[in-house]
Amino acid sequence: MDPTTPARPTGYSPPPPVIEPGHTFRSVTDQISSIVLTRRHPLAWLITLLIGFLFVNVLGVAVGYLLLKGIGIWGNNIPVGWAFDIINFVWWIGIGHAGTLISAILLLLRQDWRTSINRFAEAMTLFAVACAAMFPLIHTGRPWLAAYWLFPYPNTMSLWPQFRSPLIWDVFAVSTYASVSALFWYVGLIPDFATMRDKAKRRFAQYTFGALSLGWRGSARHWQRYETAYLLLAGMSTPLVLSVHTVVSFDFSVGIVPGWHATIFPPYFVAGAIYAGFAMVLTLAIPLRRMYGLEDFITMRHLENMAKVTLVTGLIVVYGYAMEAFYAWYSANQYEKFMIVNRMTGPYGWVYWLLIFCNGIVPQTLWIKRLRTNTIWLFIMALIVSVGMWLERFVIIVTSLHRDFLPSSWDMYYPTIWDFATFFGTVGLFVTLMFLFVRLLPMISIFEVRTLLPDAKVKGSEGH
Amino acid sequence: MNAQKPLYGLMAEFDDPDALVEAAKRVHAEGYRKVDAYSPFPIEPVWEALHADDRRVQLFVLIGGITGCLAGFGLCYWTQVIAYPLNIGGRPFNSWPSFIPVTFETTILFAAFTAVLGMIALNGLPMPYHPVFNVPRFSRASQDGFFLAIEAADPKFDRSRTFEFLKSLGAKEVDEVEP
Repeated sequence: MDPTTPARPTGYSPPPPVIEPGHTFRSVTDQISSIVLTRRHPLAWLITLLIGFLFVNVLGVAVGYLLLKGIGIWGNNIPVGWAFDIINFVWWIGIGHAGTLISAILLLLRQDWRTSINRFAEAMTLFAVACAAMFPLIHTGRPWLAAYWLFPYPNTMSLWPQFRSPLIWDVFAVSTYASVSALFWYVGLIPDFATMRDKAKRRFAQYTFGALSLGWRGSARHWQRYETAYLLLAGMSTPLVLSVHTVVSFDFSVGIVPGWHATIFPPYFVAGAIYAGFAMVLTLAIPLRRMYGLEDFITMRHLENMAKVTLVTGLIVVYGYAMEAFYAWYSANQYEKFMIVNRMTGPYGWVYWLLIFCNGIVPQTLWIKRLRTNTIWLFIMALIVSVGMWLERFVIIVTSLHRDFLPSSWDMYYPTIWDFATFFGTVGLFVTLMFLFVRLLPMISIFEVRTLLPDAKVKGSEGH
Repeated sequence: MNAQKPLYGLMAEFDDPDALVEAAKRVHAEGYRKVDAYSPFPIEPVWEALHADDRRVQLFVLIGGITGCLAGFGLCYWTQVIAYPLNIGGRPFNSWPSFIPVTFETTILFAAFTAVLGMIALNGLPMPYHPVFNVPRFSRASQDGFFLAIEAADPKFDRSRTFEFLKSLGAKEVDEVEP
């Protein structure tokens, strides 16, 4: 041992490196860019893409039939006016949040392990937001009229949206979030587009990547402005991502429906979003790293860290469930009290307990290191968490609405085949877009991975 | 060496980031100012050595953010108070707390767009053609090459003396860059 190394407390083992040792600038560049440029694609990629595309067609049929017949083809009706559309909207938008958390918040916190996963997590954000944005639009039944309901543009009727409504805040929050996420993603891609331009052999690829790279040449003066802009974007995305799910939770908490009208909703929703999002990143990362042999870049340390974030945010979510029950009792409000009893023991009680199982019990296995580092269990656990978060929104929306203040207006909600077709259609759309992204763009940020290599450290300067 | 051929400048290639930082420091100390370094990833000491410290992006973002803030609040105020006032449960028309979420979102939106567009514009992008691309080895600047170029337009530039100077900095290779 080097005598100058300060003594470590016994039992301390330094964290494993973020990138497996032995890589050079060239090997990193070649390995990541070859996925797009030269390598043959595994059969599993093609099969998954085809299955995804099949469901895109299901989505096309479901939305086409909806536009033809109207939203009567769905199961939602008064009193449950919001059902699958809003459940799916909140579910998808929540999944997107992990991408921004990884790319922006972990950048500000100098968590260098984010570097190998931020690119595809950001892509996941964009595609999830695209799926989410569809639902409020098709929920109007006549999306071509949604323009003047949602967006403030000077129309011939001199009507303006109601800016005191959380639904309009939501339009602004989600569209800003989608735009800023797309910008952030593109800016991160510019230097990699230049790499792809220089690595590509085919003329079409050279021209395409060349145009997308804007003629990037890696100038030091450019890098200086680039790094400034990137850091500022990260700083702005951080409050933005927190605001988005806060505003989504306002859609509920501003209403006076029992089970919705609670101040805990914003933090509880944001934690749930990050929880669901990290589960989705795990769901995508585990098969992709296996499929393309990226274990050197997406190491066990990454998976373990993501598992830990999932565990922590899962506990916050469970705290939210506990507080809902506590408020119902402590408020001494008979409607709140009825709501929680109905939620736990009413006709949808089984959904509530399934949700507690998925979100409350299954993630507790992550306390055990052996399970946390087992990719198969992590993958299954992540899928269960995704189901659990979907059930959470079902419970919040449907059980609160179906039995509110007036027993004469109580009713049951049952989804129809079209509800499921639309939902699974967006899952197919998401899978298709993700797998096309993996095929067409570098899924790991090449230039940022270069900065992690030991060769990239400049001697004599402060350790940046 | 054909002395009559017009020249954009001279480009030296270095082995690693350390050599590039060292060379950038020496080139700046020698008095060259129309200098640029090229690397496949951001290296902060390099732009520090070249004294490249452009703070206009920050300023643009501030201006963009303030504009977005005023635009968002102005939109809410104008539509809800002037253009289409609606009495909702007796609340004041200018119920400003309800306008904050939209104001916040437009602030971020405008600031983010000015950050990106400002950075791209100040970098002079998109620029499909640039003389440095004429050096065949330069394609490695986006992979694993570290380059430093001195422009012929620099007052201190002298074709042979600058060539020798770059060589003396430990450059692996020095190339002429056609304009």
